[in-house]
Amino acid sequence: MTQLQLDLQLRRRRTRRWQEEAIKGLLFLCALLSIVVTVAIIAVLARESFTFFRSVPVWDFLFGTRWTPLLEPRSFGVLPLLSGTLMIVFGSALIGIPIGLASAIYLSEYASSRVRGIVKPILEVLAGIPTVVYGYFALTFITPLLRVVAPETNIFNAASASIVVGIMVLPMVASLCDDALRAVPDSLRQGAYAVGATQMEVATRVVVPAALSGVMASFVLALSRAVGETMAVTIAAGATPKLTLNPLESIQTMTAFIVNVSLGDTPTGTVEYQTIFAVGALLFCITLVANIAGYRIMRRFREVYE
Amino acid sequence: MSGVLESPANLHRRRTMARAFRTACMLLAWLCLVLLVVLLIHATYEGLPWLDLQFLREFPSRFPERAGIKSALYGSLWLISLTAGFSIPVGVAAAIYLEEYARRSRIHSLIEVSIANLAGVPSIVYGILGLTLFVRWLALGRSVVAGALTMSLLILPVIIIASREALRAVPDSIRQAASALGATQWQTIRHHVLPSALSGILTGTILALSRAIGETAPLIMIGALTYVAFVPAGPMDAFTALPIQIFNWVSRPQQEFHQLAAAGIMVLLTVLLLMNAAAVIIRHRSQRNRL
Amino acid sequence: MIAEDALKIATQHSAAATNTDPPLLQAHDVSIYYGETAAIKDVSVVATERSITAIIGPSGCGKSTLLRAFNRMNDFIPDARLAGQIRYRGVDIYQPQVDPVEVRRRVGMVFQKPNPFPKSIFKNVSWGPVINGFKGDVPGLVESSLRKAALWDEVKDRLNDSALALSGGQQQRLCIARALALQPDVILMDEPASALDPVSTARIEDLLFELKERYTIVIVTHNMQQAARVSDFTAFLDAGKLVEFGETDQVFTRPKQKRTEDYVSGRFG
Repeated sequence: MTQLQLDLQLRRRRTRRWQEEAIKGLLFLCALLSIVVTVAIIAVLARESFTFFRSVPVWDFLFGTRWTPLLEPRSFGVLPLLSGTLMIVFGSALIGIPIGLASAIYLSEYASSRVRGIVKPILEVLAGIPTVVYGYFALTFITPLLRVVAPETNIFNAASASIVVGIMVLPMVASLCDDALRAVPDSLRQGAYAVGATQMEVATRVVVPAALSGVMASFVLALSRAVGETMAVTIAAGATPKLTLNPLESIQTMTAFIVNVSLGDTPTGTVEYQTIFAVGALLFCITLVANIAGYRIMRRFREVYE
Repeated sequence: MSGVLESPANLHRRRTMARAFRTACMLLAWLCLVLLVVLLIHATYEGLPWLDLQFLREFPSRFPERAGIKSALYGSLWLISLTAGFSIPVGVAAAIYLEEYARRSRIHSLIEVSIANLAGVPSIVYGILGLTLFVRWLALGRSVVAGALTMSLLILPVIIIASREALRAVPDSIRQAASALGATQWQTIRHHVLPSALSGILTGTILALSRAIGETAPLIMIGALTYVAFVPAGPMDAFTALPIQIFNWVSRPQQEFHQLAAAGIMVLLTVLLLMNAAAVIIRHRSQRNRL
Repeated sequence: MIAEDALKIATQHSAAATNTDPPLLQAHDVSIYYGETAAIKDVSVVATERSITAIIGPSGCGKSTLLRAFNRMNDFIPDARLAGQIRYRGVDIYQPQVDPVEVRRRVGMVFQKPNPFPKSIFKNVSWGPVINGFKGDVPGLVESSLRKAALWDEVKDRLNDSALALSGGQQQRLCIARALALQPDVILMDEPASALDPVSTARIEDLLFELKERYTIVIVTHNMQQAARVSDFTAFLDAGKLVEFGETDQVFTRPKQKRTEDYVSGRFG
């Protein structure tokens, strides 16, 4: 075989090269879709919000205290919705964070692998139950229970919704904290035991502080999830936007508002309809900031231990 | 001397606190089981009397005794099938690109950031997107296909993340062996990497779809009807779904409808149970084969 | 050592080569960089037809890097860069128009840790030829490849069993059969017996003697005795530089460099 012949034999086969590039291009487009979707969400929310803010000044929206977009006299202050959401977030944090963290500490520091094999799947099941089911549970079980204890509780109230949202986020907290605690090297624990610390002291004063950013990240991500929670609060917390600190009253969250407007007959193109996008944009911004913060904290944790 | 060693009283106090702490953590961990059991028992107690064959065969009605879940069940099946058809190929393709082809670049980082962010966006925002994009812009109306496309976008990040993990788990020695035999990159992926990662991809996909079955908010946004007395005959038809029907019943004041909702919940949870069981079986089978 | 010297040494004792045919495989002043660091620098070796060339040296001296350059497996490392030339039958295989896939069809490789595909024994051997367009008698090709790898008698009744059920030594011979099925000219072996027990190692070494009659083999090994037993030519690398290249006999009994002598007599490495 001559040199030239051999050289040609080793050259790229044009058809095969073309096929490979085509496949690679197709796969790339599928991956690019994620950027497209992100841009689409931002574009849709931004465009309609800008239209909204031509009718309603941003200042009135962000700092107004009356939210009555569908009733006369109309007012578009979003603070009642925001306070409703924050009440749910705060209430769910009260339930989800302590139970989640305590469960994680139990699973990583105390439990045998047999117990872990039971409790971890239970947490996964809790996490997989759809939110409508939790909403049902809040309305038909928790609220009657609350009314026994405190008869002035409204049928729709923030407390029972907070409780179930807390149950919803606790598997996330437990799972992320468990991962974080288990990543702490055993040598730290051994060192503490060697100076005579009790197991509780080791857990609370050595392990949790060492895993702190992982634990904090889990809190932030759970709170972000609570902000975005929709169906449970729509079913159980009510549809009356108001600024209140009383968890036994009915309120309305940002997410519930969006659902309720969609279920109604508001004609498209009107200012009332555009409130969906304005509130949606606010919701998106809050969860985006919370998620970015959570991931940053998580990454700092990973840098230390992995 | 006594400054160095602690007093027996102090040691006792510390030990008691340690015991109490352990008990508290244990109780709180088992509380999760209690909550789950209470929830299931409550739903079963309320819903079981209403759960019969007639319930599965009838359409919803103003009269609770005659109401059924047929339209919702069929609607959910339609929805899941179409969602799977859209999201699985695209999600797995994206995962393959990111794991097997992509090199470090700005686009690559942007894609990774996008996926991580999309995974945390509330489902109702996806509903807003679906409403604007699919129902209005593409003029698909309040159809099953619009719902499926919206749901596909929602679970796409989950499928991508799960598939990437499955692909990452395939040992690199296999890829090297295939390349050394003169295989192109796609030949290596198609014949060796994908088949090895298949069970992990399937498991992740089933779990993503089971999340989609329970989602309500996006479907409400795109206009899934809450009172539907027919079964969809084609992808462009209007529809309802299990969680929407449950939501509709729960929102009514009468207690009978709440109990109907509980029956619907039992059906929904059964479907979820079957899907998760399938995922677990697949995972077990593949682990057994590997040994 | 400059390239011309390496060529002279190799061709002096090669029975098949004439002075006009280019050598089968040649590294010509090759340097390989990972980012800014040089893994090997200015190395020139030659592998002639139907011979075994051993590359020896202490850990981390760049033996595997050099070996992997011969079939462009270093392409998979993101920062790797090659200066100099690697010539297969006189053709520089790092030219932009050369398809690495075509190179790997002709230059086979066996890895340190046996890595059969999680498929049947038959499929392991038949996959390479089939995807490369082989249209002939596949079962016949599988049988002859397994025979050449001295594995046929042990597996002929269970070709459809999973390859992962074989022992370590059998798996490695399967990997050799897999490489042979493509009918390459050259087989590169990266410490093929280092993950195996002594009995399997001995069988692989016997196999090498058989294979030498038809194939050209380049083998990396940290086992000096193995290199001395098996190879015709030896290249000694240390810290990325070629210290000495010559006939195995000469390198081991009358080394020209002091460093070589220190290494082969066990004073370091």
